[in-house]
Formats: sequence, structure tokens, C-alpha cells
Amino acid sequence: MTAEKQILICEGTGCKSSKSHEIREKLSLLIDEKGLEDEVSVSFTGCHGFCAQGPLVIVKPEGTLYCKVKLENAEEIIESHIINNTPVEELFYHDPKTGLKIEKYEEIEFYEKQKRILLANCGQINPEVIEEYIETGGYSGLRKALAMKPIEVIEVIKESGLRGRGGAGFPTGLKWEFCYKAPGDVKYVICNADEGDPGAFMDRSILEADPHSVLEGMLIGGYAIGASHGVIYVRAEYPLAIIRFKKAVEDAMKHGFLGENVLDSGFSFHLKIQEGAGAFVCGEETALMASVEGKRGMPRPRPPYPAIEGLWGKPTNINNVKSWAAAAWIFKHDVKSFREIGVEKSPGTAIFSLTGKVKNSGLIEVPMGTTLREIIFGIGGGIIEDREFKAVQTGGPSGGCLPESKLDLPVDFDSLQAAGSIMGSGGMVVADEDTCMVDLAKYFLSFTQKESCGKCTPCREGTLRALEILERITSGDAELSDIDDLEQLSKIIKDTSLCALGQTAPNPVLSTIKYFRDEYEEHITEKRCRARVCADLMHYQIDPELCIKCGICAKVCPVSAIPGSKETGYHIETRICTRCAMCYTRCPKDAIFKFPGAGEQ
Amino acid sequence: MSTIKNVQNILQRHNSEPSALIQILNDIQVEEGYLPRKSIDAISSELKIPLSKIYGVITFYEHFKLIKPGKHTVTVCMGTACFVKGAKQLIQTIENTLGIQTGETTEDGKFSARRVACLGCCALAPVVQIDGEVHGQMTPAKLQKVLNKMIKDEETENEGDVQ
Repeated sequence: MTAEKQILICEGTGCKSSKSHEIREKLSLLIDEKGLEDEVSVSFTGCHGFCAQGPLVIVKPEGTLYCKVKLENAEEIIESHIINNTPVEELFYHDPKTGLKIEKYEEIEFYEKQKRILLANCGQINPEVIEEYIETGGYSGLRKALAMKPIEVIEVIKESGLRGRGGAGFPTGLKWEFCYKAPGDVKYVICNADEGDPGAFMDRSILEADPHSVLEGMLIGGYAIGASHGVIYVRAEYPLAIIRFKKAVEDAMKHGFLGENVLDSGFSFHLKIQEGAGAFVCGEETALMASVEGKRGMPRPRPPYPAIEGLWGKPTNINNVKSWAAAAWIFKHDVKSFREIGVEKSPGTAIFSLTGKVKNSGLIEVPMGTTLREIIFGIGGGIIEDREFKAVQTGGPSGGCLPESKLDLPVDFDSLQAAGSIMGSGGMVVADEDTCMVDLAKYFLSFTQKESCGKCTPCREGTLRALEILERITSGDAELSDIDDLEQLSKIIKDTSLCALGQTAPNPVLSTIKYFRDEYEEHITEKRCRARVCADLMHYQIDPELCIKCGICAKVCPVSAIPGSKETGYHIETRICTRCAMCYTRCPKDAIFKFPGAGEQ
Repeated sequence: MSTIKNVQNILQRHNSEPSALIQILNDIQVEEGYLPRKSIDAISSELKIPLSKIYGVITFYEHFKLIKPGKHTVTVCMGTACFVKGAKQLIQTIENTLGIQTGETTEDGKFSARRVACLGCCALAPVVQIDGEVHGQMTPAKLQKVLNKMIKDEETENEGDVQ
């Protein structure tokens, strides 16, 4: 017998960090105490993608969503909502635009405008209970596929128009076909869950919230290609995802979906989970395979492509987490339903982790072709404190920054690329007037420079030299010609690097020069950082009208740059100040302000 | 358990398969907190992989540590979302409070500071991980408070030891 009501607590990494499991234990205890265990079940789910509002609690069937729930709210939820049927209004979502309290999940703007197909189960089912996945139609796609010939399965994926969700957008069906046709009796499928892009967390969320969907996709792919072994390569930084996936593998074995003779079809499939060890370059397919083989994760030239010569020299098909989940979705539903979503050349949905300076940050899924404006100002609710939008960065360190004028761009593989950015694995970080574009480019380049494996010269040396130029610009020591040099160097790195890491590393630099050249020039000619970020090109001042002369700033200053007394007040000696921001962050009255320019020296 | 015995158990778990080198190193690090020289020597002789090769692998991956970490590890996430929301200031706070740079350990072996590329908790940015626990929506003031408390707790514990 299933209980009438369900209380679901989010236990994704985000909510769990706010101790949501303790809330679940408390709710469970209270239900037992009140003798309600037959009517009300308490369970947990994976990530809803609305982490900033967490911990989240949902009460079904009414679909009430409680945000920012604390341990002490547990009693109230049981007493008021469960026993007296009066939902707790205080814990409803508070709409930052209208100021209204909204009770239902689907009425919140953040969710209302999304099209969640791959994330449909995330936050709705218990990821550690395989039966709940099966109830949603799970593994029916696998059954369908197993009843077809492998080549027919590949035809379905080709027809669906699915393109690789790892970022490059290569047609998945075609990739499968290459591997299918490659000679050899031992073949492999690999799931790339080495989500190394800083600012992206959708693969983690799917693995934590709906691991079976990925597993089902891999099974379908393995069957189609003729692979009896699969590997999932997961970042070690995602411990919860690994635990949940391990559990999924065990349960799938018990149910006959995995192992010898899957569902009596004669097809056998074995899966190995491999933890990555923190190297961004291992997201590149040839590097990833080297790492699976226990070596340094260095890429090698292609061809031969993995479809011909991959893991252990055997034909291998490698896809991203979302691509596998999408393949399972297509078989669970049908090609037509998939093609109805999105645009002609990029059917289906796109998943982004929308973060940075937006009001509603979180994981979102939208039809391909949705505009950046709809995402940032619709779903995202606009910029925090209604400040000025400056740029949106998509695609992480391999992507680019797009300005206001590109906000009406539809989001799909081809449009983003044409504008100088990429879809990438789906990071979408919004920057406002307080973000310095030169500094942001420097941030990404220092990341790729550090992560460059060092094998090819353009990437190893080129990123370092480019970084040196950026450092000169942000410290006010550059000349205008440096911008041109930087641009030229970037193009060379792009054209001559061995793998995608180097080929895309200059994107953040090139796109910021393209759209924010004035900011670069301002750093050089006026020695001024308008966003007040670059330490050498900004300074602090105390506003004497707001200052209460408490002396905290003078006390915390590590270089004694704030002379004065409680009688006369204080001021900052710009000459001595190291811009460590200690005073700025500690001032109880927010009386210290940042100003562009180096200040009086 | 002795280090060598430990290594042997771990090797057995992986059927002494040289291709499982990364997992073997990972398992050792989970148990020891880092990769002690003795363990690396043991792997080298058991698996017949030259030390140079093993070091090549260890130093390639950010995750592996050759130096024993402090009792507490404070990790600042440097993902894009955290970066845009002020992760640099959090690093400043840590460096000012603990007196070490990220990547270092305090002399008394109590605290290590690290930075990580991304913890994947971007919607909670900026994020700091303290002893494996994620603290979201951090501010320099909040972090300072947490660090001060940890330092104080350590001091009281030390006093307890003396008595």
C-alpha cells in the first residue's frame, strides 16, 4: 500500500550541505510519533536544481514546495500541513520580482518556463530506489531497444537528431554508427562524467538524482554498438554521485538489467565505475581513455578516432552523461516527441547551470533555441539587486563572454558558436557591472594554463605567454599594442593546439576583446578598472559621513594603512594599502567604498 | 595497520593490476590522507612499475597529495560562479587568518588551505569546504567566524592535552 501523502526532502549535494538529511530524520521521527506512518511516507530525492533556495521539501500530491527549511520547521510542517491541512505559508517560495509567496512548484517562474525532460525525475523520485525509476517508465526504453536490431537502434538515434551534449554537438547517431561498423569483437562504451568545467554541475545532479537514466542510456548504446563492457568516468570531487551510481549498478544487476544475458535477450553488459583524479584535460576523450588505462591523462592526435581505436586499442564510443540520458529518453518516448522540442538542427533540450549574479540560480532545462534573455531575465529572474547586466559566459573555460547586444540570441550549438562562444557542457555564468571582463578572461586563462597537460607547445607555452600579457594589463603595465599581440597569439593557440583544451582556451580572451575592447583599453591608457576588481587599478576610501569612527578597519588592516583615532576618524593611505579588502569586508556600517583608478599615490 | 600491509590489501583488492594504478593510489590516499613514500615504493616493487612512472602519474593529477595534509582542510572553490561572487576575498580571509597561502599547511600541522577548480555547488556560490563539509553562500565575515572558532577549539584541545 502506498501512503496518501509523501514528504520528499532534497538530498542533493547542495541541500545536504545544509543538513537536509537531519530534517528528513526529524520529519520521519515526528510521523512515527504521531502514528501517521501508514498515511504519510517520508523519503528523499536528488537535486531539484534550485539549490540557492535549499534545503527543499516537497509535499505530494498537492505539490507544495517549501524553501530554506530549517530543522526547527519540521514540527510546524507536520502539525500545520499534515495534521491540520494548512500549508506553512512562511516557507513558501518568495518571488523576488512580485514579492508574492508561491506555494506550488510549477507556479514558480523558475520552473514554469522550463521544459524538464532529462531532469524530469530529478527531485521527484528517490534515486536509490530502482522501483521508483521503473514506475516512471524506466527501463522500458531498454526493452524497446532490445527488441530491435542494433542497426535499427542506431537509426532511431540518427533520426532523432540528437547531438552530443558534452559541448561539441557531434551527431550521436553517427558516432554510434562509426563504432558499430568498426571491425573488432571487443568494443567499449564510456560515459564521460568528468565534469571539470568550473561553473557546471548538471552531470553531477543527474547522477545524484536519476542515475538509472544514464545507466539505461549506456545499456542501449552498448547493445547498439556491440559493446559488452562499459566504463563511467566520474570526478572524485563528486562523492555522492559515485555512491548513488554504485547503488544504481547493484540494483540494476539484481533486476537483470545489467550483467549476463540482459532481460533474456542474449546481450551481456558489464559496467565499471572509475574515479577521476582531478585533471580537467581528462574531459578530452583520448586523455580520458589514457586515464582509464592508469596513465597520465594526456591526449593523443586523432585520427585514429576512438570509434576505431579507443580504450585498450579497441573501438570505443564515448558520450557525455546528458547524451546517454537523452538516448534513454528517446527510447522511453519516441523520436517525434524529441524532435518536437527545440529547433531543427538542435532538437531536444539544453541544460544549463545558471549561476553568478542572477536572482534565481540553479539547474535549468530549456528547449534548444530559447533566447539568453528568456533564460537570464525570465527563469533567472534578472540580475541581483536589479543591477546592470554586463555579460553572460557560456561554455566555461572553453567558451566565451557575450554582451547585452547578444541577449536575443537563441541558445543552440550553432548560434552560440557563431557569436564566439560555445554551448560547452552547460555552464552559464552571469556577470554584472562588478565583474571585470579582463579579470574574467584572466581567470579562465589561468585555469586552462594550469590544466594544460604540457604535451604540445602552443598550449603549454602559448597560454602562459597570453596570461603574462593579461597580467600586465590588469596591473597597469601594458601598452595598447599588447591587445593586438594577445589577439594574434590567441589565434595561433587556437589553430595549432593538439586537443580541444588548447584549441578553445583562447575563447574567453578573444570574446572579451571582441565585445569589451574598451575595458581592455581603459586598463591600459587610463590605468583604471571600472569594475573596481583589479587591485592595482582601484582603491578604497572611507566615507566620513557614514563612518562611526569605531576603528575596526584600522585594527584589521594587516599593513597599518589606516591611520587615525576614534576622535579624529580614519582614512586609508592608498600608497600603503595592499587592497586586501579586510577593512572593506569588516566595516560594520559599510562605510568603505571602492573606486576605479589607482588613487593618489 | 602497517603501511606495507595496507598497500598489500589494497593491491589485492585490485588484483595487482598495473592499469588500476590510479584507483590504487586513490585508495591509499583515502586511508592515509596522502601518499607516503613508503607506500609508493611498495606499489613500485609489487606492480613492477618504475618509480618515475608512478610519480609521473601522481604529479599529473591535482587530487594526489605527496605531503601530509593538516588536521583540518579548508578548501576554497574557485569555480566561475564562486569567482564572480568573491572567492578571491575568501582566499584573502584564509590567508590572513591562518597565515598560510593556499596549498600550504600551518607549521603546527593543524590547518591546510587549498583551492579547488569547482565543487559543483555553483548555485550556493561562493562555497568553502571545511573538512569535507560544504558551506554555501560564504562571506569573509562568516568564514572568519568559522575559522576563529576552529582555531579556538584547537587551542582548548591542546590545553586539555597539557593537563
